[in-house]
Amino acid sequence: MAAVVSAAPLRRHRPIGRRLVHGLLIGVALGFLLLFLLLPLAAVFVEALRKGLGTYVAAIVHPEALAAIELTLLVAVIAVPLNTVFGVAAAWAMTHFDFRGKALLGALIDLPFSVSPVVSGLIYVLLFGAQGWFGPWLQAHDIKLIFAVPGLVLATIFVTLPFVARELIPLMQAQGSDEEEAARVLGASGWQIFFRVTLPNIRWALLYGVLLCNARAMGEFGAVSVVSGHIRGLTNTLPLHVEILYNDYNYAGAFAVASLLALLALVTLCLKTFLEWRYGSELAARAPRGH
Amino acid sequence: MARRVLPGFGLSLGYTLAYLGLIVFLPLAALAVKASGIGMAGLWKTISAPPVLAALRLSFGAALLSAVINAAVGLLVAWVLVRYTFPGRRLVDALVDLPFALPTAVAGIALTALYAPNGWIGSWLAPFGIKVAFTSLGVLVAMIFVGFPFVVRTLQPVLEALDRDVEEAATSLGASRLQTFVRVLFPLLLPALLTGFALALARAVGEYGSVIFIAGNIPMKSEILPLVIVKQLEQFKYADAAAVGVVMLVLSFLLLLAISLLQRWSRRWAER
Repeated sequence: MAAVVSAAPLRRHRPIGRRLVHGLLIGVALGFLLLFLLLPLAAVFVEALRKGLGTYVAAIVHPEALAAIELTLLVAVIAVPLNTVFGVAAAWAMTHFDFRGKALLGALIDLPFSVSPVVSGLIYVLLFGAQGWFGPWLQAHDIKLIFAVPGLVLATIFVTLPFVARELIPLMQAQGSDEEEAARVLGASGWQIFFRVTLPNIRWALLYGVLLCNARAMGEFGAVSVVSGHIRGLTNTLPLHVEILYNDYNYAGAFAVASLLALLALVTLCLKTFLEWRYGSELAARAPRGH
Repeated sequence: MARRVLPGFGLSLGYTLAYLGLIVFLPLAALAVKASGIGMAGLWKTISAPPVLAALRLSFGAALLSAVINAAVGLLVAWVLVRYTFPGRRLVDALVDLPFALPTAVAGIALTALYAPNGWIGSWLAPFGIKVAFTSLGVLVAMIFVGFPFVVRTLQPVLEALDRDVEEAATSLGASRLQTFVRVLFPLLLPALLTGFALALARAVGEYGSVIFIAGNIPMKSEILPLVIVKQLEQFKYADAAAVGVVMLVLSFLLLLAISLLQRWSRRWAER
């Protein structure tokens, strides 16, 4: 074969040549990561501290910034537990039972990941906004969902819906139902099975999913931006506050607030890496994760 | 069904369906109904408006290009992380997920600061007449950033599980490293590569936060489709916004469908 003939002379040079190629590939990969990932992260902190520590602290303890922090925490505190319960229920149904339309259900759970954040916000405006399906009814009863906190929560729930379920389904599938069925035969009730058998088996994967869900919930911008109405001090989450400061040409302030979110990202990455390193085998059978 | 030994089927599935119905299905139905309210002619009129058409082209064009670039670089990075050992490998591996963890608005202003004409990178490019921030090139840079981890993360497990015997067999039969890679490894990696490509593409098409800061948002030039929707909403053109949203969703799904067909074909090809 032609391949054999052409390969022969190459093989003699392999040791040096291959090391050179290794070095080159590693260099290019690291160069790209440095330029595209590390530099933006560094830029956040450098820009945040450009005008000194005083300006930095002032931007963060500003009442509007504090209100934004509070609102971001509030939204996450509501959205993350709801999606956690949903994720566990969905995984329980998907992995312990056979039913028709399972594949479709799986696709539907993943759907929010392939919807643009802006569209994720838009659908709630169309549902609950002044001109939306329930708009007139809500107005008549003086309930405000859009351009108010409930809208922020709904949009956040939508974009972070798949995280926990996605983490649990492949793991529970790999673990099978044997242990749960044994507990059942031994007379355990449903809740006993869940808390004594299933939960200990999935706790680290659950934490992992919650971690990613929380990071996205606190950092979401597009979906929240559409439903927020940008009322300062009232419906501004941290990412929206960053935008407002930035558009006001208050760059130091914008980057100061942004640095809080960057710290959140770093903490998330550290915890995530720690979980992978320490409990890798208990997170195993993971599907490729996204977002 | 015989397998229903465990309790909680009704409760867990019922809760799952109710939750999905309320959070996902009902709002998406509202979108579809609102968009269909203007009819096919109205839909066409909205979509064919030059600024919308330009945004459509930019969003999908830049997203495709960014996914291609991410597929190539992602393959390289996954390969380097799995096959080579070097100091700081674990750290680099953790860093790959940064775009998932960093809120998009933060990424947006950071990239803008870097690529602005007076920024760290922008000031290097300016003498060559290359402008990134506030042009469509900036859109591409932001899309590459947000889509980067997908290909690496889908390829890594496949590369790790790859049987070294196949490579050794190829080498012992006289194939060069490059030949082994192109003829033997690449076909095995292709399905996962396509999955990563599709995920990166879907993310880039819909991306908003990181793009709008660096794009400059000049209509007809560097305005992305999600921003068109936001602008229409600000002008209370709800039906138009819904129409653009539906077109965007449908186009994304068609693209993802095409990729999954390609994937099925590539898997069959690899198994042959």
